[in-house]
Amino acid sequence: MLEIKSLNAGYGEMPVLREINLTIAQGEVVSVVGSNGAGKSTLLKAISGIIKFTGAITWKSESLHNLKAHTIVQKGIVHVPEGRKIFPEMTVVENLMMGGFLCQKERPQNLDKVFALFPKLAQRRNQLGGTMSGGEQQMLAIGRGLMGNPQLLLLDEPSLGLSPLFTEVVFGAIHTINSSGVTVLLVEQNVYQSLSISHRGYVIETGRIVLTGTGEELLNNQDVKKAFLGM
Amino acid sequence: MSFLQPLISGILTGGVYALAGIGMSLVFGVMNISNFAHGDLMMLGMYLAFFAFTLLHIDPYISLVLIIPISFLFGYMMERIFINKVIHHPHQNQILLTIGLGLIMSNTALLAFTSDPKILTTTYSSSAFTLFGDVSVSVPLLLSFLITCGITLILYLFLSKTSTGMALRATSQNREAAQLMGINVAKMSAIAFGIGTALAATAGALIAPTYYIHPLAGHTFLLKAFTICVLGGLGSVVGAGVGGIIIGVVEAMSSTYLSSDWKDVIVFLIFLAVLLLRPQGLFGKKGGQ
Repeated sequence: MLEIKSLNAGYGEMPVLREINLTIAQGEVVSVVGSNGAGKSTLLKAISGIIKFTGAITWKSESLHNLKAHTIVQKGIVHVPEGRKIFPEMTVVENLMMGGFLCQKERPQNLDKVFALFPKLAQRRNQLGGTMSGGEQQMLAIGRGLMGNPQLLLLDEPSLGLSPLFTEVVFGAIHTINSSGVTVLLVEQNVYQSLSISHRGYVIETGRIVLTGTGEELLNNQDVKKAFLGM
Repeated sequence: MSFLQPLISGILTGGVYALAGIGMSLVFGVMNISNFAHGDLMMLGMYLAFFAFTLLHIDPYISLVLIIPISFLFGYMMERIFINKVIHHPHQNQILLTIGLGLIMSNTALLAFTSDPKILTTTYSSSAFTLFGDVSVSVPLLLSFLITCGITLILYLFLSKTSTGMALRATSQNREAAQLMGINVAKMSAIAFGIGTALAATAGALIAPTYYIHPLAGHTFLLKAFTICVLGGLGSVVGAGVGGIIIGVVEAMSSTYLSSDWKDVIVFLIFLAVLLLRPQGLFGKKGGQ
């Protein structure tokens, strides 16, 4: 569904990603794990068109090269950014409406779906986004992404800074979203949780992919255990 | 003299200042650019109203029907051709560009219209009526204020109810996230600049019947608009509205109780006090840029 070949990307003169190869098949949850600064967020930004790249990113046999971020959303790739980046002075409902900016006809039914997935958002529907807790904002950010009818959902560090309770809720939601037919590319520092719910995973280190396999293979890999799981 | 007199004329003038301030604040919020050509765009609005009146014999308030779309298109094109080239550049580049564009406008106006001030005299320019016994209310100022209120209300409804308006607010609150929603932020910038220009030109047209029309008139108003934005909190549309009224009232009060030479001094003292005590402005967010 998504195919990345020898991708190089970075900020200005500074390269971050080097020769990345990665594929995602329809219906999968794929996670990219690695430490802080390894280039995980840069990978998602390159896919969603926030930054420029060289190499090839192909989505359903169509090149995403030089496309603007807003046209990539139209093609069904929705990016939920790191740090949630919700609209602080808009209410929960307004934030969700913005998520459905390109598919306004389906807004009411998508809103029902999001509220069913995160009942807490329905209770807080008129609260300003900026006044919510980190965990609630993360639910809102994911909900806002779902309002855009994604075929592929890119999630950047959804568990960052969340309490164990909210982390459970978020990973549970990712599982539910995937079961409803949405392909998920998950970028995480929480290696154990994310590999546990993933079909396949990639380990990224200083901009290069160093290891790949199924979620279970990676969890049992000695290097992964040593580097990320403290075993 | 009654305390109500400067209060009421201050609020009426302040309403028009507010309109100019709102335009500048909207541009700053969406694009993070301080538009130093804003005053000159007001000056163009004054001349548009003047020529619509003298050449086409259209009343300045009615000519807004023409001035608003013309100036919106002018601002939209100016963003597309010039401003978007510097949107990701450092602030000093943006400031130089907008100051440069402003200089080109004011000097072209000097060349074309000469430095003689023009006066737009309508049949009601100096008419006034009396309120509460001794408060005189100028008819053109009152009309300008009412039109300002109408335009502000329309802008408010546009920003809070329409899809494009909400997209503008989203872009202003988080540009990167707005892109990820599928919002074309480059287009939003052009629309914001178009609206900002239209508001500046409208403010110019509204004060044309009560001020001298001069190619360099924009400079005074630029400083006022900038003060209003800082006072209200850069990027805050509500703040700019309130800030405009405050500046109008302060000016009128200081002209009445001190002397009109002192009004700018008082306004800038307030400006400095805000910068020192509440740099984010009355309605701004703490920690904002």
